[in-house]
Order: sequence, then C-alpha cells, then structure tokens
Amino acid sequence: MPPNCPASLREKLGKASDCSGGFLWGATTSVSLADLPRGTSLGGRLRELQGRSVLVATRDQLATALALIELDGVAGRLVVCPPDISVKHLPSVIGNCSVDAIVSDHESNGIPGGPLRVRCGLVITPMEEQQVEHRTTEWVLLTSGTTGSPKMLMHSLGSLTAPIATDQRLGKGVVWGTFYDIRRYGGLQIFLRAVLGRASLVLSSADESTASFLARLGAHGVTHVSGTPSHWRRALMSPEARMIAPLYVRLSGEIADQAILNTLRSFYPQAAVSHAFASTEAGVAFEVNDGLEGFPASLVGTRGQVQMKIEKDSLRICSARTAVRYVGDDNGVLKDDEDFVDTGDIVELRGDRYYFLGRRYGVINIGGLKVYPEEVEAVINRHPAVRMSIVRPRNNPIMGSLVSADVVLKGGPDQGEKSRQVEDFKREILQICQESLAAHKVPATIRCVPELEVAAAGKLIRPYA
Amino acid sequence: MSIRSAVISQIQQIGRATKKDLPPLTDDLGLLESGLDSLAIAIVVTRLEDTLGLDPFTESDDISYPVTIGDLVRFYENAAKLSGIAPGEAR
Repeated sequence: MPPNCPASLREKLGKASDCSGGFLWGATTSVSLADLPRGTSLGGRLRELQGRSVLVATRDQLATALALIELDGVAGRLVVCPPDISVKHLPSVIGNCSVDAIVSDHESNGIPGGPLRVRCGLVITPMEEQQVEHRTTEWVLLTSGTTGSPKMLMHSLGSLTAPIATDQRLGKGVVWGTFYDIRRYGGLQIFLRAVLGRASLVLSSADESTASFLARLGAHGVTHVSGTPSHWRRALMSPEARMIAPLYVRLSGEIADQAILNTLRSFYPQAAVSHAFASTEAGVAFEVNDGLEGFPASLVGTRGQVQMKIEKDSLRICSARTAVRYVGDDNGVLKDDEDFVDTGDIVELRGDRYYFLGRRYGVINIGGLKVYPEEVEAVINRHPAVRMSIVRPRNNPIMGSLVSADVVLKGGPDQGEKSRQVEDFKREILQICQESLAAHKVPATIRCVPELEVAAAGKLIRPYA
Repeated sequence: MSIRSAVISQIQQIGRATKKDLPPLTDDLGLLESGLDSLAIAIVVTRLEDTLGLDPFTESDDISYPVTIGDLVRFYENAAKLSGIAPGEAR
C-alpha cells in the first residue's frame, strides 16, 4: 500500500480484532462481515477492476454493499447508482464520470455501450487475497436535481467517514436499520457506521412494504434505526411500528418538526431521538440530541470540525465532511471562496436557536409574499390527529398562488372525507394555523388524503421544488 | 344550495374565520368594501372552485373582474350556465 494511502473499507474490516456476530441482512439472504475480508462477491474479478471508474448498478442493496466493500481502495472511482435512476440519464452519468466498467447483479440494465461488465452477487465465495494495487478511491454519489438529470458529487472514504467518530464503539449487539437506501448519502452513512462499528445492518428491498420491513427489523432485534421524518410518519401509520423497540432513532434529510420528534419520543420511550442535518453536498453537519426542533445558535460561527455561517438566511457549511466537488460540466460550483457549501436551507433565529424554514427554492409566492411549505406543515402537524402533511402552492387567479394543504390523519385511510369528525379536524387545523401564522401562510384549502407520496429518497415529493 | 347562496356562504365563512364583522352582503356592495381583502377573496374563489367545480376567472378568456357582490354572484352563475349546470343548483 502506498505510504499516504488511507486504509480501505475492507482493510478496516480485516484489521478488526473481532467482527463476529456482525451481519448484513438483505431481504432474501445475509452475509457475515467476518467473511468479507477473505472472499469475493465479484467472482474473483477484482484485479480486472483496479484503477477503473466503476459504475455499481444493482437491483439489490446488499449486492451494492458487498461490491463497495470489495472495491474501495482498488477501483479508481466508484459511481454509486441509486435505485430509481432513469435509464435515460445513465449515458450522461457514464460519460461525465468516465465510467469504464459496470458492476451489476443482473444481465440487462439498459446500459448502452461496451465498458467492461462484471457480475456481482449476494454470495461471498472464499478466496485468497488478490494481488492488487491499492489506491485512494473516489466515490461519486448521485442526488436529485431540481429538475431532470441527477447531480453528481465527488466524495472520498475520508469525507464519508469523517462524521463517524472513531471512538464510537457502540459495542456488541448493535443492529442498525435504515429506511434510506444505502445508495444515497443518508443510507450510506448508516452502512458505513454499521461496517466500521462491526455492527449488523438490516437492509430493505425495493418491493417490500413499510409494514414487512418493520416486521423484519423487529425479527432481527433492531436497536438503531434511521430515516427521514416522512419515512417515520409513514412507519407510524403501520401497526408493525410496534414490532420494533429501538434504543436510538435518527432522523435526517428533511426538517424534523417538533411534532414528529415528540411523537417518536412517546412512541418509543426507551429510545434516544436524534435529528441530524446532512446532505450529499454538505455532508453531516451536526446532530441534535436535546429533543427539540432546530439547532442551538451556538453552533454557528464557532471553530471546530464543522464551521457554519448564515448568509442571506441560508446555512453554509465548511468541513472535511463536505463533497469535494461536482462531477460534470453543468452542475456549477459547490463551494464559495471560503470553502463553504451553500445548503440552500433557509434558517431563522428565534431566541437562542435556529429553525429551518425550508428550501430556498421550495418557496411559495403569495402575491409577492413568501411562504416556506415546511413552516406551515410544522404548524399543521401540531394537531394531535395529524400524521403528516404537505403544503403546496395552488394556482389562484387573484394572488398568483395560495397555500393548499394535504393532510393524512392518524385514524387511517378508512375515515371518510365527509365525516363530521374530519370536518371538525379541518376546522381545528385552520384555527391552529390562524393563531400561529400570518394570514397569507394559512392554507386556503385543506384536503384529507389517505397517504402522501414519498420519493425513493424518503422525502415528500414536492413537485415544484 | 343555489350558486348565490354558495357564494354568499363562502364569504360569510371567511368573515367568521377572520373574525371580521361583515356588512349586509347586498348585490351592490363593493367586494373590497365587504371587509374582505384580496387574499380573502382569493380564498373564496379557491373554495368555490372546490364546492361548485367552477373557476370562472381561469376558464373565461375575456374576464372582467367582478367589482361588487352581485358581479361575483353573476360571474359564477354565468360560468355555471356555460358549463351546463342549472343556475339554481350547485353540485
């Protein structure tokens, strides 16, 4: 290994004195972490992939997990393909990332052209260590752009693992579960935490319902579970949410409002509930463990591993955890002159805490007045009968747009839209909004809907954002 | 419920919700004299779209904005006629 080359994932795993008991659990099979340093899921073809720019495009998350562990430190670049990427965007990803090898668990994935193809699988075949040249692998993660083709961001194992404290030895018996897919930043963080901590990890499958994933999490005795607030709200709508009893509940990827934090705390009284601010671009900036929404103002402006500043109401972050740069021509510049990444997340200082108001680009314009949907959703979600809500602009011939809310009630989908109780709830929700919000932020219409669409990334789908 | 009473009822609801004492809603009362601001009127329009299934502001090519309560009622009655709904009936 070259002198300045940091240890790869596999080396970190191999050096572990004891990773017995750690398993990666897929929907259909499982793999022991102890087998990974001395085996292959790539049919022993690792040598062919050394130094190459490798697109990892699998149907099964577990297949990606195994390939990443084997390829880090050997491939020149790992391009991690999220599960829902459109085939029409693949050529630009392949082109922009100079992909010259594809690792996949299925034959036909609609990828044109003729880069080297290597089949990966869910079985670890025992194998002597292969003679390969070690290097620092570039990691490329994809994130959704506001429209159209995905944005590609370059990370390294160093930037990805920087948020994971080396002394964070959680001890034996830790079983992670993630509603996120590990092919996205939020899920990848949990995957790396599990692998570096020699813990177990339960992975979901694309065609698995929330209910059956929860049942599987329960069967494996999950202790640490991560997801977005939308993932959690949806989980809490399933009776199977009672089948898990986590000690640690983590939220990230969306604004965690006080309602979901309180609900989770009372639903899982034994759990520490933590919300993290993280994005593919900015990395993990901080974790909030005091059970309150927002974050302490003292985090801003202080020197440390993560530096934060607020510019034009938007949170900017500088740390070793941020992505290095965008990959590709038309993605723009990631960092400002002082090396800060603009998150585009608008915050407001109230007392000694900052609160998230929403995305700069998700703003609704009501006759020239701005409304951040998340701010209204947080107020709606205070009503005890509300499970989750989404606020959208609704075209209006008079004001341009009005605020419109779709609300999912805790009673479940069998509550008729017309029932008197539903009408009472709507009236009460409006009253809460009128008491807490400026008039233009109060929803003009409220619809009760059986469910809200949550994107593959676990965030509410906001068509205008 | 007639189109007229649907319109009047929505205005009264907004008045109650915003705790405004509205004057008697006669046909010749100016919309903006009714105590409703443009935001409130915009909300009335949106809710009428939901209850009547009519959006005369958007559906009409040549719109003249209603000025009085009577204008607004006729605006919706005409839209109802065009869309085939009997003027006395709201859905």
